Amino acid sequence: MTKKRIQSVLKHALMIALCLAVVLPFFMVLINSFKTKSEAARMSLSLPTEWMFSNYVEVIEKGKLLQGFSNSMLYALVSTLVGVVSSAMASFVMSRRRNKVNNFLYYFVLCGLFFPVNYVTLVRVLSTIGLNNTKIGILIVFTSAMIPFCVFTIRNFISSVPVEMDEAAVIDGAGPMSLFFKIIVPMLKPTLMTCFILQFMGVWSDFLTPLYLSSKSSMFPMTMAVYQFFGKNTNYWNYIFADIVLTCLPVIIVYLLGQRYIVGGLTSGAVKE
Amino acid sequence: MNKKRIYPSWFLIIPIALYAIFFLLPSALGVGYSFTDWNARSLGEVNFIGFENYKEIFTSDKDYLTGIGHTLMFTVVSNIIKLIPALLLAILLNEGMKAKGLYRTLLYLPSILPFVIIGLIFKSIFNYKTGLLNVTLEALHLGFLKQKWLSDLDVVWKSIFGVDAWRGIGYVMTIFIAGLSAIPKSYYEAAQIDGANFWQRLRHVTLPMLSGSIMINLVFGITYGLKVFDIVYVLTNGGPGHATEVLSTYSYQLYSTGQYGMSTALNTILLVITAIIGVFVVRQMSKQEVQQ
Repeated sequence: MTKKRIQSVLKHALMIALCLAVVLPFFMVLINSFKTKSEAARMSLSLPTEWMFSNYVEVIEKGKLLQGFSNSMLYALVSTLVGVVSSAMASFVMSRRRNKVNNFLYYFVLCGLFFPVNYVTLVRVLSTIGLNNTKIGILIVFTSAMIPFCVFTIRNFISSVPVEMDEAAVIDGAGPMSLFFKIIVPMLKPTLMTCFILQFMGVWSDFLTPLYLSSKSSMFPMTMAVYQFFGKNTNYWNYIFADIVLTCLPVIIVYLLGQRYIVGGLTSGAVKE
Repeated sequence: MNKKRIYPSWFLIIPIALYAIFFLLPSALGVGYSFTDWNARSLGEVNFIGFENYKEIFTSDKDYLTGIGHTLMFTVVSNIIKLIPALLLAILLNEGMKAKGLYRTLLYLPSILPFVIIGLIFKSIFNYKTGLLNVTLEALHLGFLKQKWLSDLDVVWKSIFGVDAWRGIGYVMTIFIAGLSAIPKSYYEAAQIDGANFWQRLRHVTLPMLSGSIMINLVFGITYGLKVFDIVYVLTNGGPGHATEVLSTYSYQLYSTGQYGMSTALNTILLVITAIIGVFVVRQMSKQEVQQ
């Protein structure tokens, strides 16, 4: 074998070992989610002696997963839609009219990329306007939190859309709304998709926001529902594993469908110089 | 063209207002409240107490300082152990391997999952008797490496860093790959002709050309590290004892026991640390903007 050949084999061996390290935990969770309580407690990688599909039915009922799922969907979909679209509108104006005020606003918003959210006083602000412990309050907080990232990513991208497009549209009689939604949005599709997918997954996974902002279990997203379920059923690993599988599935599906936008978006938005 | 008419300012109102009211205002209020005795029992009556809360944080024997120290330590270590391997992996994958896409997809996968889930999965993997890790070690005749991963004081931080790296390396790597693929091949060909070896190419071509991606990874990594909460909360909840307590877990504890003033003081310290780093980074970015 040549030296190159050996190198290539070693590289693949390393990659396969790393991928195994990623996949094995998932496999362990999946396989054990079909076992009986006592078998799942051993957490082994062997196939179940008896396939307990009923674990899933059980966990959906006991863990209030349908409610968690619909809450997560509501939070993730609505806040991401509003956040991404409104950030795109703002980025459009900030990018096209670069006066002092708009430049200031841009860096003002960028600070949000670094600053931590102060949840204690956020609760205070929300209860002052009567939105604490409400779904609308949570939606507003999720939306606000994604604005810095979206503005940062989208404004960079808009600069590459030629201004001549705007001029042509205006000459054809387009107003600002139709210019933005009919001409600009289609051009921004890749970066909007990136923001949408990353933020959707981010909201879906978030734990801290609902931990501070919701005290009623009827408002819990899936992450909180799982954690609460774990607290109540610490020894029922078969149920916990089934719960984990169901919580992961939606994000994994969104990830696999939207993968190319994630990588593409990280290239165009974040790394663009 | 009338710029004011086709790029109307009202496009800015919703996002700027939301951001100002629900993101910045709480931070600003937090700074104010950190000088008060605000707590669950004060019911509207909040008194100014000067630097008392900060005095408590910096001088009491309640380990808040250790928590701040842990946060800084976590930020430094978690960045080092993710950035360096991620860069090497990105270089490996970028050199063109078969199945590159599959490897990248799988390695990125953990970073999209909720921390709560990852925490629960690793709680089971770290189980002393039946967990996957110890069982595997035994099967490989490496039983002497078995550990009480989450309850042994000497090991617990290593376990947290392990889980953090397991989750984050793929993400950092993906940003590096994006940066690497933008470097023209001709640079490497030129370096090859000059007889540069791997390390020389890394130092003189790759690293300088990657400065943008490195910056992004550092910014995301540092802010993530300073705010770290979920992973610690779910894996150890700050334990054993207070061995893995960080700033945000203390802040949450203080909040849930009704000591709001103290909690905002801790948050304000975090705000000051991130603001210093943030100002530095935004300066750098606006410089680049001017140069363009």
